[in-house]
Amino acid sequence: MPSSVMPTSSRGDGRQSTLAVSTIGLRKSYGDKTVLDGIDLRIPTGSVFALLGPNGAGKTTAVKILSTLITADGGQAQVAGHDLAADPQAVRAAIGVTGQFFAVDGLITGEENMLLMADLHHLSRARGRRVTAQLLERFDLVEAAKKPAASYSGGMKRRLDIAMTLVGDPRIIFLDEPTTGLDPRSRHNMWQIIRELVADGVTVFLTTQYLEEADELADRIAVLHDGRIAAEGSAEELKRIVPGGHVRLRFTDPAAYRAALAALGEVTRDDEALALQIPSDGSQRELRSVLDRLDTTGIEADELTVHTPDLDDVFFALTGDATVPHQPKENVR
Amino acid sequence: MSTPLAPVARPSRISLAVRDSSTMLRRNLLHARRYPSMTLNLLLTPVMLLLLFVYVFGGAMSAGIGGGGADRSEYIAYLVPGLLLMTIGSTTIGTAVSVSMDMTEGIIARFRTMAIHRGSVLFGHVVGGVLQCVASVILVGAVGVAIGFRSTDATALEWLAAFGLLVLFATALTWIAVGMGLSSPNAEAASNNAMPLIFLPLISSAFVPIDAMPGWFQPIAEYQPFTPAIETLRGLLLGTEIGHNGWIAVAWCLGLAVLGYLWSRSLFDRDPK
Repeated sequence: MPSSVMPTSSRGDGRQSTLAVSTIGLRKSYGDKTVLDGIDLRIPTGSVFALLGPNGAGKTTAVKILSTLITADGGQAQVAGHDLAADPQAVRAAIGVTGQFFAVDGLITGEENMLLMADLHHLSRARGRRVTAQLLERFDLVEAAKKPAASYSGGMKRRLDIAMTLVGDPRIIFLDEPTTGLDPRSRHNMWQIIRELVADGVTVFLTTQYLEEADELADRIAVLHDGRIAAEGSAEELKRIVPGGHVRLRFTDPAAYRAALAALGEVTRDDEALALQIPSDGSQRELRSVLDRLDTTGIEADELTVHTPDLDDVFFALTGDATVPHQPKENVR
Repeated sequence: MSTPLAPVARPSRISLAVRDSSTMLRRNLLHARRYPSMTLNLLLTPVMLLLLFVYVFGGAMSAGIGGGGADRSEYIAYLVPGLLLMTIGSTTIGTAVSVSMDMTEGIIARFRTMAIHRGSVLFGHVVGGVLQCVASVILVGAVGVAIGFRSTDATALEWLAAFGLLVLFATALTWIAVGMGLSSPNAEAASNNAMPLIFLPLISSAFVPIDAMPGWFQPIAEYQPFTPAIETLRGLLLGTEIGHNGWIAVAWCLGLAVLGYLWSRSLFDRDPK
């Protein structure tokens, strides 16, 4: 058995012998609206890849193409070593998909949904029952198993959705915005589920509009903007792209605030909050120099926070909304 | 656990198709059993029409058949074959609606991304739809018998042929209904688009003989699938003259089935929105 399918703790570290997903120049347009404008991806087996982008960036379209739901207009793509266009059925045999909208049959019970999947994967009756029981247990759906799926809460539907995806033991899983619309607890549960999948050696292709989620889960992140990959790398690599780190000092005494302002020179001031922002990469050396300057003048700040650039900064810088992040410049749709 | 690279025997296309279609059929029958209200509602139309035409209009209508002077029991005999076929038309509206509802469900996207026989979703609907038609025909037929319908001189072979005709007719209309369901954006549209399936029997020879219709209208009543099928069923059950109607009915059924199949496949194979 080749090493590529074995669980591994060293993911995405240059073991480029096998790629779970690779695309070259993937394109798709609807009418005269170009949704994907030449997407190149190389996703190593066993890694977690996050496609990050705002609504309407084309994330779902990319998942739909790679999961054989729709066809691309141009470019090449291989999933699990099979060409999408030439052998979609072989691709389907290797993947599992959990879409943005619950891919469950609401009219039948959770258990019936699971058994339906087992039948479609041609498992024997006994094995289908066993797998169903195991997955219902694992996803905490035993109590709800006999109720129609339409009566489930959003979090339960999502868990059932993923459980159904896992019946076929897929090696590559596409998760299209798996936590959109979930409450914080359900979201953390979902993250835990995704981590467990990865521990089993599964490759996860994830889309999300939450930067925190990509940061939390993904080995590699690609930022999708206007149908193109605006940047790609690990969370750390992406954060290095943009400036935005700073030290923030807050004062309660206006006199100390004014003294600090005079001592530190080049800072961003917030007179109302009595707070100062000093540009900094967050390194120990720069932090010490700030503290030293405060010490020599005998000023004490009431609160000091170090802000390192997060993916939000990266995201807004890359998608061109850096100056007015909360005011979209155009109304798409 | 299975290893993903273990050689998996790829089942032949036919056995895959049969296996997956029967799984899909089980799913559809589960839906129908759990939510029988739509099927039962659709049954109401032919049953109501049967009772209405026999007991309310029956006296006046019977004057129009058999050269006048026919009594109510003769009109029942005339009416039931047409209503059995109308029952099929009515039941297939349910198929159109459930197909269009199904297509808006996320589960269909899942089916499309699984290594299953691609047509199995549609085959499941068609076989399920035909079985519902058969069940509905039996129920409406039972009402017919209860109010006095009797097959006069039908042999076992003719009964078999009548059953075969009903199944064939149901298959043809169900494939058309599946196409209508696939081409409709939602359940309401599907229900509207499928109206011809219940409207056509009203302008066929189901209720009055074609000779009793105005001359300009006769071609409309004659050149449509219901009339030859009704005349054939009448001939089989009641011993009336079938003539060319048998072949014409079979040709209509085969034509519609093939057309509906090709139409449905091409709609289903399009990229979903």
